[in-house]
Amino acid sequence: MNIVVAIKHIPSIADDLPVKGNNVDFDSVDFVLNEFDEQSIEQAVLVKEAVGGTVTVVGVDLIGELDAVLHLALAKGADKAIKVTADEPSADSHQQAKWLSEAIKGLSPDIVFAGVQASNDLDGQIGPMLAAYLDMPYIGGVSSVEVSGNTATVNKEFAGGFGAKYAVSLPMVVGVQAASKPPRYAPISKVRQVAQTAAIEKVAPSGDASAGLTFKKMAPPVVTGHAEMIGGSSKEVAAKIVELLKSKGLA
Amino acid sequence: MSNDVFVITDHMDGKFSDVSFEMVGKAKELASALGGGAVAVVVGSGVSSNVFASDSTIHVDDAALSQFNPEAYGKVIEALVKEKSPRLVMFGWTATGMDLAAWLSARLGVPCAAYVKNIDADLTMTCQVYGGKMSADVAPEGDMAIAACLAGSFPAEAGQGSTAATSIASPVSLDGLKTKFIEAIKPAGGDVDITAQTKLVSIGRGIGSKDNVELAEELAQKLGATVSSSRPVVDAGWLPRTRQVGKSGLKVKPKLYLMLGISGAPEHLEGMKSAELIIAINTDKKAPIFNVAHYGATADLFEVAEAMLELL
Ligand SMILES: Cc1cc2nc3c(=O)[nH]c(=O)nc-3n(C[C@H](O)[C@H](O)[C@H](O)COP(=O)(O)OP(=O)(O)OC[C@H]3O[C@@H](n4cnc5c(N)ncnc54)[C@H](O)[C@@H]3O)c2cc1C
Ligand SMILES: Nc1ncnc2c1ncn2[C@@H]1O[C@H](COP(=O)(O)O)[C@@H](O)[C@H]1O
Repeated sequence: MNIVVAIKHIPSIADDLPVKGNNVDFDSVDFVLNEFDEQSIEQAVLVKEAVGGTVTVVGVDLIGELDAVLHLALAKGADKAIKVTADEPSADSHQQAKWLSEAIKGLSPDIVFAGVQASNDLDGQIGPMLAAYLDMPYIGGVSSVEVSGNTATVNKEFAGGFGAKYAVSLPMVVGVQAASKPPRYAPISKVRQVAQTAAIEKVAPSGDASAGLTFKKMAPPVVTGHAEMIGGSSKEVAAKIVELLKSKGLA
Repeated sequence: MSNDVFVITDHMDGKFSDVSFEMVGKAKELASALGGGAVAVVVGSGVSSNVFASDSTIHVDDAALSQFNPEAYGKVIEALVKEKSPRLVMFGWTATGMDLAAWLSARLGVPCAAYVKNIDADLTMTCQVYGGKMSADVAPEGDMAIAACLAGSFPAEAGQGSTAATSIASPVSLDGLKTKFIEAIKPAGGDVDITAQTKLVSIGRGIGSKDNVELAEELAQKLGATVSSSRPVVDAGWLPRTRQVGKSGLKVKPKLYLMLGISGAPEHLEGMKSAELIIAINTDKKAPIFNVAHYGATADLFEVAEAMLELL
């Protein structure tokens, strides 16, 4: 079974996000693996463990630093890594999806995994776009996948614990919200070892599909309210919170 | 090419989600500025569709559409949009809209904006990105654009009405679909119902590990509260799914929502922003939760929780 996982590295939202021009300044932020890709790598490896096959991770290298997350994926159980050497940080989702779909086509995938979304989306998610360009069905918000023969059975989440189970004839694209088990941990030593030995295949970007969305501005949101901030040491903060709760009859 | 604004409505178990009404209200405003009509589109069977204040409502009614099926719904919407060429197509950024909006934009080669919070009359869209930390203004090029809108962005009342829907059969054949609906999944029971609690101590990824959950349990016990959480805590297996607050979790409205290490992503806010008293502890002074909480402190959750335990 040919299992493909598209992975993306994005600016870490734990940090400050300085703006340069009309976008986040990619040179002064840390990039991390999109959290949903960690889930989809796990789901892909679980499928491989269940039915056999090869897991290939593929990404568009937008800022020339993708190797780090490809190595992480290999350390977590992927078998092969491919990067589309684009070096165009401002390529939109349509363009990236087109490049990815061209790179993925050649792999004759049985199932393609993408994360349900990434936090820096502006023009929609790449999973459904990949499905459109590859002419495969798509289901997103997925929290479990089982493959049997030529059929995948997937659970899609709605809200509040409601969901639906679907059976899909492969190939398909799955947008992973969560793997059916918490993702495994890859020790740093293993990632380092992989980084020294792994070969990453390079593919030149091919295809053109920009959809035309012009950035006008990027800035912290205009807010209508702000919390009343409680200052002081942690002990003082705790004391003030307890006092507040007592005054409202909540403690 | 028309100046109509299409709203692809979102429903479950015969009930429309609030975002459907919110979008219809906004569509009316935009359509009148553009010189077109606001068209509510209902795809599905067994749902009563005369509930919108739209200029018109199209109801594609077919037994094959009685349950959400992204492949079938996508085909129907694509055919309809191709035939009518609206200026703007609005989806909710919901479990259904997320499967359809970007797919349609790739099929049609038109621009799409996600996480849309506002749309101006010239179709400049304001989008929330980076987990609510940033906001971007984008302008679509061309004759058609797609907007995937965040719930809670526009007032719902303006979209509520009684426009009579026109029922039509599916404009495309729905035979030979590769995607088959098997069954509905119901929430797992057997745990406390967090929606029924008056006080919640809610933990996020900042809690760091499963072992640290105990500290939150102790604090909750002292306060007579229950522990709830953000999604990553559940995905990591530190708490059961029944404790998850948010878009894909449960909506809660307690008297106290004490947040430890939750950043305040839009998906989390969807589940708790109407809590009566929200107090957030977070080490990041720029965490978006501070724009929503009533009280906040830039502090370490472990230090604050331990100090609170000593005082209670
Ligand atoms: C379709 C979809 C549905 C989703 N549904 C939900 C949902 O139902 N519920 C939900 O919660 N999320 C949901 N999400 C995920 C959501 O986008 C965010 O990823 C999630 O809410 C982030 O959780 P968090 O705040 O715990 O983690 P993070 O965003 O990682 O934030 C952790 C916070 O902890 C702080 N912190 C770290 N250490 C400490 C410390 N020692 N003391 C104090 N603070 C500390 C950090 O500063 C940070 O702000 C959904 C996403 C998608 C795409
Ligand atoms: N540059 C990229 N390279 C590879 N995969 C990507 C890339 N951008 C997005 N994806 C995939 O699409 C998912 C959703 O991301 P996004 O489209 O940015 O919301 C990610 O989780 C990845 O699986």
